[in-house]
Amino acid sequence: MTTLIYDGTFEGLLTAVFEIYEQRLTHVRMQKGEWHNTALFENVVKVVTENTRATRVLKGLKQKLSAQGLQRLYAAHMAEMEGEDDNLVGYIRYVFDSPKNVEEDYGNKYVMRVSEIVRMVRREKHRMEAFIRFQELKDKTYYSAIEPDYNVLPLLIKHFRNRYADQKWIIYDIKRSYGLYYDLHETQYISLDFATINPGNVISAYEDNEAVYQELWRNYFTSVNIPARKNTKLHLRHVPKRYWKHLTEKI
Amino acid sequence: MNVERITEKLNILADAAKYDVSCASSGSKRQNKDKGLGNASNGICHTYTEDGRCVSLLKILFTNVCIYDCAYCVSRKNNDIKRAAFTVQEVVDLTISFYRRNYIEGLFLSSGIFKDADYTMERLVQVAKKLRLEHNFNGYIHLKSIPGASDELMREAGLYADRLSINLEMPTEAGLKLLAPEKNRQDMITPMNFLKDEIILRTEEKKLFKKAPMFAPAGQSTQVIIGATPETDQQILQMSDQFYKGFKLKRVYYSGYVPVLSDSRLPALNTAVPMVRENRLYQADWLMRFYHFKVNEIVNHDNPLLDLDIDPKLSWAIRNLHEFPVDINKADLRMILRVPGIGVQSAQKIVAARAFRKLNWDQLKRLGIAINRARYFITCNSPQYERRDLTGTAIKQYILAESQSKYIKNSTVQLNLF
Ligand code: SF4
Repeated sequence: MTTLIYDGTFEGLLTAVFEIYEQRLTHVRMQKGEWHNTALFENVVKVVTENTRATRVLKGLKQKLSAQGLQRLYAAHMAEMEGEDDNLVGYIRYVFDSPKNVEEDYGNKYVMRVSEIVRMVRREKHRMEAFIRFQELKDKTYYSAIEPDYNVLPLLIKHFRNRYADQKWIIYDIKRSYGLYYDLHETQYISLDFATINPGNVISAYEDNEAVYQELWRNYFTSVNIPARKNTKLHLRHVPKRYWKHLTEKI
Repeated sequence: MNVERITEKLNILADAAKYDVSCASSGSKRQNKDKGLGNASNGICHTYTEDGRCVSLLKILFTNVCIYDCAYCVSRKNNDIKRAAFTVQEVVDLTISFYRRNYIEGLFLSSGIFKDADYTMERLVQVAKKLRLEHNFNGYIHLKSIPGASDELMREAGLYADRLSINLEMPTEAGLKLLAPEKNRQDMITPMNFLKDEIILRTEEKKLFKKAPMFAPAGQSTQVIIGATPETDQQILQMSDQFYKGFKLKRVYYSGYVPVLSDSRLPALNTAVPMVRENRLYQADWLMRFYHFKVNEIVNHDNPLLDLDIDPKLSWAIRNLHEFPVDINKADLRMILRVPGIGVQSAQKIVAARAFRKLNWDQLKRLGIAINRARYFITCNSPQYERRDLTGTAIKQYILAESQSKYIKNSTVQLNLF
């Protein structure tokens, strides 16, 4: 058994696959994180992410998978789910070792697992598209904070760009301390230093009517409810409690 | 902005609109253009009410003033309630501000009838027009057409709205005569027909000229209230089937009657909302639209009412045991779709996956099928076949027993109400 330590990026994962084939490794285990020179594992390979190698693997994958299949693999990796890297590598190896496209071979354990992961990630992405609530700042930027279970921010760019082309917006993942900023032209990754922001400034940073619209929305939410049909269980299944703190209508 | 006034209007006019159940915001293909605001194609539900229904549109009445007196409607003329009316600009501002904050996918605008049909319809059209032309708004707009409005206004509405709907209100003409004697079904059918023809015409045009404007790209829908009048499920579903086919409707919505008024023609005020029945009707409707079921396979002379304790697909399977077991590794897609516990997506995955290998229980389970129901109806690459010689009644009992915990919890929610 060989343990491959890599940096957790998608390029890193692809580089690791390159090494596996180059060194003809058969039994491997993936490990995300820093390289420490300890005797913890016997057989350890340190994967240094290399774009040329990653690109070659990517090119190979493109030949074996549909564009959609590749997209799904990427989404599965973006989930950053604990302990799933081995399955992703298993999937990639299965793809390379098979003569034909196997992305729909759901009876295979790797294909099945990737399909399950993708289902979970897609759901989280979809929930973010639904539950993001923007607040308008004085400079007309719309700001939103989120804390998704999986790292789905990169998967949200396209949706929000297509939707809000005429307003500046920020979507910030508090849990992972980075965000997206769209300035009417480009979208870029940013990080904000909350330690230096004074809470007083935050309130005054909102546009004058912001509180009004939030209140109107809360009112609306209450008005459309039909008490005679109350069904708390169903409500909670659709809007799990962990999302509430960022939902205007649930605060 | 007069905050107090607008808050009051919103409360009144959202409250009055909430009984209209149409909520979908999908089925359009409107793209964001010229760096404008929004797009319409995604059908996202942005939140859910405490009764578990989704909220994807700002659903309001333009006004709850009405010259009619339909017995089932809170806005009826003789109901003693506070009245209000928005201005065109107010609706536009609310829509834009809510949309920019990602609260909604767009607007669903309906209205009581003040003065006459055209006068009312004209205002609804103005809202849509202003949103599209002055704000470059590409989000979803659903207008509820006012029965009796002129063809000219309907045509204009189709140019700016994504979906138009005309509510049938009651599943049969007799029901309508009883509860809304001033209305008649023909006034609803005429504009539906007009829209159908117009949609077909415009789609043809669009094929020839790419630049031709979109016309109600998400089509038309309708709504019927169930449980206010005594129609059977067979009557209701046959009506839907006829409208799906005859008018190319995209959706029929079923709205379980919520008793809001006391009237000798209506169920008493403490009658429970028929939520389970409403749910079964939606399930049956899905079977017709996505599972290739014919309406008389679901309800017919022998079975005019849907089972309340099990879903219509399971109910059909139990009545048709001779069609089973289905061999998952061989049967065609149509038959796999008929197995209880298998949805459209898993059915497609099954068919794709078995090109590689034969599937067994374990693999089927991980593909997302509900084994606890499906196992009585299928064989696969595992030795055991669960049905043995069970009768339909026994299968039903086994399945109910297994989902019992869930079932009991659901019913207590309903009992708690009263
Ligand atoms: S016409 Fe419409 S708004 Fe007026 S009472 Fe009848 S259902 Fe209600």
